[in-house]
Amino acid sequence: MAVPKDYRYTDSHEWVRIEEDNLVTVGITDYAQEKLGDIVSVELPRLGDEVERGERIGMIDSQKASSEVFAPVSGVIAEVNELLNDDPAVINSDPHEEGWIVRIEVEEIEQIDDLMSADDYEELIGRLDEEDAD
Amino acid sequence: MVPFAGYVLPIQYQGIAAEHERVRTAVGLFDVSHMGEVLFRGPKALATVQRIVTNDVAAAKPGKAVYTPVCLPTGGIVDDMIVYKEADDRLFICVNASNKDKDFRWFVEQAAGECEVLDLSDEYAQVAVQGPNAPELLARVLGEDVRGLKPFSFLKKDFRGADVIVATTGYTGEPGGEVYVPNGAASALWNRLLEAGKDLGVGPIGLGARDTLRLEMKYCLYGNDIDETTTPLEAGIGWTVKLGKGGFVGRDALLKQQREGLKRSLVAFVVEGKGIPRHEYPLFVGDRQVGHVTSGTLSPSLGVPVGLGYVDVPNDRPGTVIDVDLKGMRRAPARVVEPPLYKRP
Repeated sequence: MAVPKDYRYTDSHEWVRIEEDNLVTVGITDYAQEKLGDIVSVELPRLGDEVERGERIGMIDSQKASSEVFAPVSGVIAEVNELLNDDPAVINSDPHEEGWIVRIEVEEIEQIDDLMSADDYEELIGRLDEEDAD
Repeated sequence: MVPFAGYVLPIQYQGIAAEHERVRTAVGLFDVSHMGEVLFRGPKALATVQRIVTNDVAAAKPGKAVYTPVCLPTGGIVDDMIVYKEADDRLFICVNASNKDKDFRWFVEQAAGECEVLDLSDEYAQVAVQGPNAPELLARVLGEDVRGLKPFSFLKKDFRGADVIVATTGYTGEPGGEVYVPNGAASALWNRLLEAGKDLGVGPIGLGARDTLRLEMKYCLYGNDIDETTTPLEAGIGWTVKLGKGGFVGRDALLKQQREGLKRSLVAFVVEGKGIPRHEYPLFVGDRQVGHVTSGTLSPSLGVPVGLGYVDVPNDRPGTVIDVDLKGMRRAPARVVEPPLYKRP
């Protein structure tokens, strides 16, 4: 299970990567894509949408279930990954790079500090897997 | 693996799409041992069952299976099930796993001591064998006479000393059958089917593909498409309600509903474009909500999203365009179609 060290994470299984001062990329984690299984379609937000942290910004449909994607930070949707409209399964094959979902322009990049580190996230999914095994 | 009604069951083995394809083109095995089995026994067994179920079991010959709902006095569905008529004094019923305790209590209460009602759920396992190659596989393992069975018929057979019931029933729209087997012989039967069907493309199928297969046929799933608040007439299984057969629980309410006309009905629809309908998503015509989704998936056979849902009449007419509200993200247009969604080539 890949958990890139330089990313930040949410407990709802989104990842965040800082691109430049006020721009972050958001996706769902390797753990999340594996739980969802074969992803068959994605609903993306509109460019320019203002989003609050915790607000729903998208939906990911797998054969098994639909799940929501939540904004890990507050800001404005600056870019959406159009590739996902044609090839949503890229989230399964490359969740941390090609399978990114949106880019959000933030006013205060310090929001990032509230998110989980890679170590904390790894601990979280380890715990969840243990619960599953019970 | 997920726990389901006290059993641990696999959602998928190789993947839903691949397993679905296997059943549509070859043959798949389903471990459906979680289903409940109840036996009605005694001189008044037939009359008792006939009073509890909506379909006409008296009209069926021994050796025939009858799909039927069981209703509350309100016409709401307690459960849907298959009655296997061994004889007038012996009827074997297969009920849904999630309802088996509720059903058993209901049966005992309704039977009111007129006949024996035995819960055999813990004694029987069940293996469904479904797909175009299933009749061949069943014949190889259980005997040539199984091949000649007409749909909704059954035979009692011996499998390595165990009495099994093999029935030409199923939940996929494909040929094949369901085998009720005493627990002790279940794993031997499962392994024998896998072994004997190697050249037929056999493989195990999980709950995920079981759901996509039944959904493509518009077969109802209890708890999703039907429950105690829906009637068989609304669910589009009015053919299982025999109002003329004599008294049965729910008859008055169903007769009244039939006379007054349906206000809503369960339809099958195909989404145009992307967006998967899911249980409880609202359905709209223009700005007005006309119903809700009860089941939905990406149809592996058709490659497009499909669903089932209740809509107010007259929006149930094939060709009607309804919009699926994707949890407020967007509305995906869909078209009501004549079931089944998938037709065998």
